[in-house]
Amino acid sequence: MSTKSLDHKLAILSDAAKYDASCASSGGQKRDSRDGKGLGSVTGAGICHAYAPDGRCISLLKILMTNFCIYDCAYCINRVSSNVERARFSPEEVVHLTLEFYRRNYIEGLFLSSGIIRSPDDTMIDMVRIARSLRQEHHFRGYIHLKTIPDADPKLIEEAGLYADRLSINVELPTDRAVKDYAPEKSPDQIRRAMADVRVLKEAQKDKSHTGKRPPKFAPAGQSTQMIVGADGANDATILQSSTRLYSSYKLKRVYYSAFSPIPDASKVLPLVKPPLIREHRLYQADWLMRFYGFEVDEITANRNDGNLDLEIDPKLAWALANRTIFPVNVNTAVREVLLRVPGFGTKTVNRILTTRRHRTLRYDDLRRMGANLKNAKPFIHALDWSPRALTDTVDLRARFAPPPEQLSLF
Amino acid sequence: MHSVSLPQVGTFGAWRDAARTLLSAETPPEDILWSFGDDSADLFGAKIPLPKGDKAVTASKQFISLANLVIWNRDPERFARLYAVLHALQRDKGLLADRGDPRIDRLHKMAKEVSRDKHKMTAFVRFREVSQPGANRRAFAAWFEPSHFIMEPSAPFFAKRFGDMDWTIFTPHLTAHYDGAVTFSDGVTKPPLPEDATEELWRTYFRSIFNPARVKVKAMQAEMPKKYWKNLPEADLIPEMIATAQARAAEMAAKAPTLAPARAAPILDRLHSQQAAKLETQDQFLIALQGCRRCPLWENATQPVPGEGPLDAALMIVGEQPGDQEDLTGRPFAGPAGAVFDAALEQVGIDRDGIYVTNAVKHFKFKPRGKRRLHQNPNRDEIQHCKWWLDLEVARVQPKLIVAMGGTALESLTGTREGLLRRRGRFEQTQDGIPFMVTVHPSYILRLPDAGLRAEEEARYRADLALAARSV
Repeated sequence: MSTKSLDHKLAILSDAAKYDASCASSGGQKRDSRDGKGLGSVTGAGICHAYAPDGRCISLLKILMTNFCIYDCAYCINRVSSNVERARFSPEEVVHLTLEFYRRNYIEGLFLSSGIIRSPDDTMIDMVRIARSLRQEHHFRGYIHLKTIPDADPKLIEEAGLYADRLSINVELPTDRAVKDYAPEKSPDQIRRAMADVRVLKEAQKDKSHTGKRPPKFAPAGQSTQMIVGADGANDATILQSSTRLYSSYKLKRVYYSAFSPIPDASKVLPLVKPPLIREHRLYQADWLMRFYGFEVDEITANRNDGNLDLEIDPKLAWALANRTIFPVNVNTAVREVLLRVPGFGTKTVNRILTTRRHRTLRYDDLRRMGANLKNAKPFIHALDWSPRALTDTVDLRARFAPPPEQLSLF
Repeated sequence: MHSVSLPQVGTFGAWRDAARTLLSAETPPEDILWSFGDDSADLFGAKIPLPKGDKAVTASKQFISLANLVIWNRDPERFARLYAVLHALQRDKGLLADRGDPRIDRLHKMAKEVSRDKHKMTAFVRFREVSQPGANRRAFAAWFEPSHFIMEPSAPFFAKRFGDMDWTIFTPHLTAHYDGAVTFSDGVTKPPLPEDATEELWRTYFRSIFNPARVKVKAMQAEMPKKYWKNLPEADLIPEMIATAQARAAEMAAKAPTLAPARAAPILDRLHSQQAAKLETQDQFLIALQGCRRCPLWENATQPVPGEGPLDAALMIVGEQPGDQEDLTGRPFAGPAGAVFDAALEQVGIDRDGIYVTNAVKHFKFKPRGKRRLHQNPNRDEIQHCKWWLDLEVARVQPKLIVAMGGTALESLTGTREGLLRRRGRFEQTQDGIPFMVTVHPSYILRLPDAGLRAEEEARYRADLALAARSV
């Protein structure tokens, strides 16, 4: 395998990493290299250096250290029973690629993941070695995201957190049942315990010792996880309940939903259909509503009997249509919590409404300038010169938003 | 009519100085003609000094940061619009907060265009290596075509990021150099830059990270507009990637699953036997508890929290259920109530390592609320189901005395939680004939609002623990 060129290895090991949706580079500890003694900076806001035609942001060099793996997870291209071509980077090669890409401003940093070779501990030791080399030998101050191996020794996870901005551990699938079925070598209990460890370690960093010294920063950009959507039979309510639990229990920064996508040399137990991209999008919208708009998971998924989100309209609009009794709301008097529930109003628009209306009464055109999507909002609001009259209660209101029925393709 | 010509570099500072002077003389916006850069026609005689008055001029921080974006916009009216708003702000301080006002709205839109352009510049500049042999710092150069005049305000970003290398960014209106400090020179037309072999690796990466089963061209173009493509080394791959995506995805779906390679089976066999062997060496009580599905509480919890302590302990303490911290660490009494408990033990001289500490219910019961978990009391059924595990622990440890802390522990041991405060400190026997006494749960003490009352209760709690310790 050492005969493979660097270019060939990069092709294999980035292809193997592309099913991980996370690519965020935001929220790290702010730092830079102005002193001339190192390379890199983290501004707090992430930067997407390119976009692939799949619409995904390319922010980090997202690669696997190796795609050899002793596990047999059905949904994964790198499972032991797949015939995909295998490769392995040396730690120096990963360090070289990261630094050279970074110097040319292609990336914000490294997102390193790996198949399990020999044992979880051995694999994690190699990953930590790469991160340590970047930080200590090369004074790299860019972003590092390490995909942690849940079965590895907690001490290794602790060391990883000293070098990485973000740690992540994938829960893989929405239910324990599905993990058992599709990833028989993984333990959902162990995954949860590892996420709990990361939270405990991160919180311990906030406690000053008796000398007043702070312990070293531990994963300043927090932890995230990914769930594959559409491989098992879980409905959206189950998925979102699972996320709610992850956010509250382990203080995750993000739960990524990844529409299950057909992989080369797929296992026969999986559905080889087009990835449910719209469903993935609706789940992200619902996730946002829960985190920033004060919605409870039950409210969002109560509209339909099958516990799934409406694919044709966004979850906030769907909720508003099902709860029209509280609408229309008056933008000049309604409280923040209520304004946040108006379709077409984002958090920024709501903030602008609240500041401006201290000075004067708002008109319809003001709302447009404040960034509101009035096509969605107008049936649900009152303004000084606008009343929806009977529009709010029109029977066919939903039809105004839902796309027209799709024609069957002839081909 | 007054004419102000602003320079290419240091534009913001120059505008601010001119605006301050003009406003001090209460010059109305319509009397000023602003121009920028070398092409500023000196038609109205710029050499005439600006009128200076004694009126105090103020500008809020918020306006300054807005102006420091708007000023780099390509719109020729930017200086006049900023001055007009600053002029209006002198009388109407609240104007800036009015996001519905068309003048303010326009400034925000212009600022947003600049912010976006700056952000895209930080994303899409692509350096090529131009290091000189023998030089002690590596050198890189890039050509970039921004939509607005953003080279100057973007330079600090690059200076902070690429501190250990020299770099040059050429743009049509301004060139920035860095060798430890930033300097500017005139803009240029596209310079020839040497080939850089790392670009091929980057193109390989761009091609390989793309998933052909999910094509979202619109999403890509919204964030990476075509106007930037001509200077991105990876962009000329895009048309072919899109063109072949559908066929590649169809091919994946059509291919029958292959037979696993021969090495797969032995690797899995070895892994499974290792995993099984690891389980066998562990305490079977703990393994069984891990798999508990007697009630639904396991579903939301991280892990069951077993008792902790020597199996030959004379004293066994039973609490209610794990809380947030206990659920995360897998250890009983690790949170705030645990701290009260530990302090009390220390004060009455009980070594926690010598006693067995456990809970009546082994999984944390809570309701997720945003980023927090709200503690919920276990119900009768849950207590009953979990008694199985408590009974096993009692059978394993065979303590001389059990201390039940709080109603849940009392209910688990006796079937009822009634009369807790009346029964506290008395010795009784469980249904199975094991001596126990009851006291309050340390979280009860934590919840007392009055400090005096709390100290009183803490003393009683300590007395209960001391009594228990003396009698074993």
